[in-house]
Amino acid sequence: MKQGSEMGNGEFKKFIIYSLFLGVLILPMVGFPGTHFEAKRAFIVWGVFVGVLALGMLNQVVRQSSIYQKTLGGPQSFNRRVTKQFQKIPVRHWTLILLAAVAVYPLLANNYMVDVGITCLIYIVLGLGLNIVVGLAGLLDLGYIAFYAVGAYTYSLLNLHFGMSFWLCLPIGILLGAILGCVIGYPTLRMRGDYLAIVTMGFGEIIRLVLNNWDSLTKGPNGLLGMAKPSIMYPAFSNSGLEWATYSLKSLHALYYFILLIAVLTVIGVRRLDQSRIGRAWVAIREDEVAAELSGVPTTWLKLLAYAMGAAFASVAGAFFAAKLSYTNPNFFIFMESCIVLCIVVLGGAGSIPGVILAGVLLIAVPEVFRELQDYRMFAFGLAMAVMMVLRPEGLIPATRRKLGLSDIETDTIGELEESYQAVDSRT
Amino acid sequence: MIDLALKNVSKRFGGLLAVDKLDVEVPKGKILSLIGPNGAGKTTVFNMITGVYPPSEGTISYQGKKLNNLRSNRIIRHGIARTFQNIRLFKSMTVLENVQVGMHCRTKSGAFRALLNTPFAIREEKEIIEKSMETLEFLGLADHHNEYASNLAYGDQRRLEIARAVATRPEMLLLDEPAAGMNPSETAELMDLILKLRDTGLTIFLVEHDMRLVMGISEMVVVLDHGHKIAQGEPKEIQQNEKVIEAYLGTKVKAKA
Repeated sequence: MKQGSEMGNGEFKKFIIYSLFLGVLILPMVGFPGTHFEAKRAFIVWGVFVGVLALGMLNQVVRQSSIYQKTLGGPQSFNRRVTKQFQKIPVRHWTLILLAAVAVYPLLANNYMVDVGITCLIYIVLGLGLNIVVGLAGLLDLGYIAFYAVGAYTYSLLNLHFGMSFWLCLPIGILLGAILGCVIGYPTLRMRGDYLAIVTMGFGEIIRLVLNNWDSLTKGPNGLLGMAKPSIMYPAFSNSGLEWATYSLKSLHALYYFILLIAVLTVIGVRRLDQSRIGRAWVAIREDEVAAELSGVPTTWLKLLAYAMGAAFASVAGAFFAAKLSYTNPNFFIFMESCIVLCIVVLGGAGSIPGVILAGVLLIAVPEVFRELQDYRMFAFGLAMAVMMVLRPEGLIPATRRKLGLSDIETDTIGELEESYQAVDSRT
Repeated sequence: MIDLALKNVSKRFGGLLAVDKLDVEVPKGKILSLIGPNGAGKTTVFNMITGVYPPSEGTISYQGKKLNNLRSNRIIRHGIARTFQNIRLFKSMTVLENVQVGMHCRTKSGAFRALLNTPFAIREEKEIIEKSMETLEFLGLADHHNEYASNLAYGDQRRLEIARAVATRPEMLLLDEPAAGMNPSETAELMDLILKLRDTGLTIFLVEHDMRLVMGISEMVVVLDHGHKIAQGEPKEIQQNEKVIEAYLGTKVKAKA
């Protein structure tokens, strides 16, 4: 009993400190929409935040109380049993359920919501691509959006000047993105952490400024207009027999399913990379570069490869983005965009694919939902990030490494090991 | 037969001469120890052999091939592997994965094979798992294969470092103070392990402070002091050597004065 009240006191103290802190933060920020202090407006917003905080704290106190532990929170409690049942469902089923939900979504949503969905998926592709660079290889990249721009402008220019189709431009864009990835990667190979971040940031800005100022090629800040939408050919019967017909992916729904396909392929690709020999080497570099190199991993080549692969995915997203809007201009590729993509990776959990997907949806869709709150959006965004980093520093869904089931292993003897050594000896 | 040969090797860090005209020859299939007081330049020698930095002067050759200026990962491919004085495992990876990283230089599937999940990549991945498990079994870590490296007991972490090095399928193993921080029974186990590794045909090059370990298993001992080689010979000779005793304990003259 005594213990419980002490704990309650501690929570109460925390509550007071936190709400005062919130007050210091919120009152001046919200209270001055103009030049005069609007007390009512400020205190209402503060009140709401303090209320939410109080509920959260109350929840914790209740959960830790002995009565709760005995009834609802015990080992056989309803909550625990429900969680257990959920955990029994294999990951594959969850994936299928999620896919079905995402596939049905545009049928139930209005155009605006589908459009938001498309944006979410684009950012998920970007997040997954950056996840290779930041999450797996551990190279902090603040200029990632440059590769997105490369994809967008490659498609725009090739389509406008040479009338090349989307499908032809896609591999060219991927290649260009990958090459540029290596170009930025090469001089930064010896840098780490802060320095790397600054250089990549500079590189991102260089690309944007080039696009902005190369008027003869990119039409500068006016941007490029009028690219064709991607189209697919399919065999169809007509009066003159079997012919190839063209279906242009013009409708919002068609575009949604197209980017969904790209996103699913990206998830599969990044997952395969993650679990491959290459992915392991990337994580090893992230953990300890010197030890990786001295375990026989060619770190230079693999870091370049990480940049190139990340850039390739961004390039695909960029080409789609330009095709979807039939328009592109340099202001789509400002530094803030790189930040958002980086936030998606860090918030979701660096290296974690489900984390990146969840964070992509949260960071892109949720601000849309609260569009009416305009002024507070960035404030709430910042607050959410700060709170997240305190509560879950490893991200929403922290990355885990794959563990083997028993079926994956066959037990062996030392004799076989020696045989394999002899085989190597004779080979070398 | 001589496996690894250091000829006239020196290393300067600015004004500091860390290693001075060192000549060492490591015979194939033997256990050679490099000892010396703290700061004698032992780890520097290892770092030069494995290409962490190049020697300022002299040549390092392995089985007749010159190693100077090769990148570390190339040197590992030539068949030299090493462990570290301070444990440097990939902490957020599982035990098995740590060993799998060691096999990187003996396998081939690249990014495209991984993306397309080709039959070759699948077959190779299976092989990597099997061989890595064999290595873990050899080192007695097979039961821990799914644990994160950071969760292993200290002695097991040391052994995992050796496992990762062995996974690169070396012909020569450089062990940098493998017994540091171990208790006597762990050290005894380590001694058996090193002998077992030698018996598979590996050449062992050892840097160690634990004299019971060094004198117990080495076939040859080289003593460094302030970057100079002051003695070389069998363990018994080294124990009697005046210069060595002086380097470790100080001179008699000074003691009297």
